[in-house]
Amino acid sequence: MLGKTAGSLFWMARYLERSENNARLIDAGFRIALTRSTTAAAEWKSVLVTAGVDRAFVGAHGEYTSARVVDFMLRDPANPSSILSVIKQARDNARTARTALTREVWEAVNTNWMTLTALLKRPVRDDDLPDVLTAIRQQSAQVRGALNGTMLRNDGFNFSLLGTFLERADNTARILDVKYYLLLPSVAHIGSSIDNVQWETILRSVSAHRAYRWLYGAEISALKIAEFLILYRQLPRSLAFCCERMEDNLAQLERGYGAETEAGTMARALCHERLSAPIQTIFDSGLHEYVTAFLRANAALARQIEHDFRFVE
Amino acid sequence: MLRGKGGRISFFDEMTSQEGGPRSPYREYCDWFYAEDSQRIQHKTQQAEALFRTTGITFNVYGDADADERLIPFDVVPRIISASEWRRLSRGIEQRVRALNAFLYDIYHRQEILRAGRVPTRLIARNDAFLPMMMGLDPPGGIYTHISGTDIVRTGANEFYVLEDNARTPSGVSYMLENRETMLQMFPELFAKVAVREVGDYPINLLKSLSACAPPKCGGTPTVAVLTPGIHNSAYYEHSFLADHMGAELVEGHDLRVVDGRVQMRTTQGYKAIDVVYRRVDDDFLDPLNFRPDSMLGVPGIWDVYRGGAITIANAPGTGIADDKALYSYMPDIIEFYTGEKALLPNVPTWRCSEPEHLREVLDRLPELVVKEVHGSGGYGMLVGPAASKKELAAFRAKLEANPGNYIAQPTLSLSTVPIFTKKGLAPRHVDLRPFVLMSPQGITITPGGLTRVAMTSGSLVVNSSQGGGTKDTWVLED
Repeated sequence: MLGKTAGSLFWMARYLERSENNARLIDAGFRIALTRSTTAAAEWKSVLVTAGVDRAFVGAHGEYTSARVVDFMLRDPANPSSILSVIKQARDNARTARTALTREVWEAVNTNWMTLTALLKRPVRDDDLPDVLTAIRQQSAQVRGALNGTMLRNDGFNFSLLGTFLERADNTARILDVKYYLLLPSVAHIGSSIDNVQWETILRSVSAHRAYRWLYGAEISALKIAEFLILYRQLPRSLAFCCERMEDNLAQLERGYGAETEAGTMARALCHERLSAPIQTIFDSGLHEYVTAFLRANAALARQIEHDFRFVE
Repeated sequence: MLRGKGGRISFFDEMTSQEGGPRSPYREYCDWFYAEDSQRIQHKTQQAEALFRTTGITFNVYGDADADERLIPFDVVPRIISASEWRRLSRGIEQRVRALNAFLYDIYHRQEILRAGRVPTRLIARNDAFLPMMMGLDPPGGIYTHISGTDIVRTGANEFYVLEDNARTPSGVSYMLENRETMLQMFPELFAKVAVREVGDYPINLLKSLSACAPPKCGGTPTVAVLTPGIHNSAYYEHSFLADHMGAELVEGHDLRVVDGRVQMRTTQGYKAIDVVYRRVDDDFLDPLNFRPDSMLGVPGIWDVYRGGAITIANAPGTGIADDKALYSYMPDIIEFYTGEKALLPNVPTWRCSEPEHLREVLDRLPELVVKEVHGSGGYGMLVGPAASKKELAAFRAKLEANPGNYIAQPTLSLSTVPIFTKKGLAPRHVDLRPFVLMSPQGITITPGGLTRVAMTSGSLVVNSSQGGGTKDTWVLED
């Protein structure tokens, strides 16, 4: 397979994952802004910081109001992470990799772009927002369904999965990075009801609030949330799950190509060194430092994949 | 050209005979059509559009920033050609493509036809597409025109003319294939009723034909790749479609480099040699080292690999001379010179404005003629006399007088019509036909039918998609 094609599959999947993650972030932010207007601005700021576009937003809009942030995150062409920008990028990458996609996958990506472009032609009113966010998630699910149901389990499939999990791990780690202070035991109002809403938001932004309930019952604690999002291998958005998948995808590529890669070694190290310690150890040595180091390692892995499989010259 | 009551020009309609009933190739279709609910067909038409959008068969219009991607209008009424009509056409096309290939070989070798004075030397010497570097070079298998698209127009029951020989990089074959696919999805019952010849094996035939032209240095099964300028090119859809259906890689210039005397593509496992490149990039852009130094689309050094017989470039560099419209006017002589036979399909009578007598006649009769630039394509830069205003005529007259050698003129042809489906029922529209021809040392393959282009506006004679033309599925009936 061409290196360029592999890179396009990887980036197509990253952008698709990003659109879904951003829809989730907007959803969580919107919910808290509706119910707790006093902290709305701070909440929107953390959404923008998580998406890595806070500075761009402040430069262009200044004030954090729901309408402005939502429009910026959904539709602004100047925002490289807006849903519109991201689905266009996903489609352009799919077009470049068209020969490595089944007709079903290509049509799902193209339909995703056509449907959402039409939905986002005008600013979205508050009462339409839930429907629009649902549509974004549904469109992503369609693409994922087509990928799973129709693609050959070959190198191309592994490159698209690598993109998905790399982006997802990045997203979960960023949420932790922005919200880590809420999870620190030293915070004065620990255990108060104020935290519960904030913690719910964290869980909601990775669609894991129900899963948490099933697993841990009514008891919400910072330690447990962190453990859940970082180490719990059955949660499809946890760091451990994503890294395990990447390790596996890279191992399959190495087997197929009959050669070990530097990226494979890095993924194995990520899984076995960073994600095997108990959560208490992570807290003891500093949650923030841990998350920052993870983000750096994840980004380094992305660069190594790009290099090992010759995405670019 | 027939003239009806009051001197009104009437055109040959391919569906309806002069007596009013359907012509024989359309009989079964018409039976079906008139028994159908037109609401249902209307509904299917809308479905077809949605289908095309989802598939992504869109094209970009040059110089039109607003309309990012457009659909070529598709009409649901097929254009039908009888088995005997097709036999005649395909024989004529085959003869023409053989002559063209022989002509190209001759021009780049001994130039017998110039020595014999059958074609003026200046037409070659002054032709921008002529590549002196190709002199004496033998392309693998002796093939120059691997893929060509011969544009044909019809003016009567037995009158067919060749309008253009597109030997450079004819496009539209993906529309031919997708149109059929769409018709099969929309009206499967029709294909049970009418015996229509298959077109779907084109990509496999293309792969076979290209593979048969592999260079001498290729060992084993040839690796074929399609070279595209990229996703922003107006025909990108077609490039990816053909690569996908052949199971070949779709490469851009930056995926390729010359390594160890071979053209190689950058794969996830390192560089891998390719043997045949079906390039959809013009000659000028092929190799920045040997042609245009500013080209980002090509491969530095590919020319030297080509000279060394280690890659096949399809179509061969320098093939574009045959697309010159002044040279076109010599095609009957060219066919006779190389095949010893008269041309089976006639040319459209053509005035070469470079010749003073011709120019005088063209200027006298400008309002009734079509004038084209010799290197033009896509319907750009041409004058359709009968449709032009006085001002446009005057402006064109000035251009002609300033640079007569740049133009040829032809009579305004009364192109045949085939009906399209409109809200008010069937309505005749002018059509042309582009059959696609593959050539290799193993022979010539012509896909039955081709792409029918149709002018969607009533009375219009311009079928180019860049000028609002549409397409139809083209049926060649089984014997």
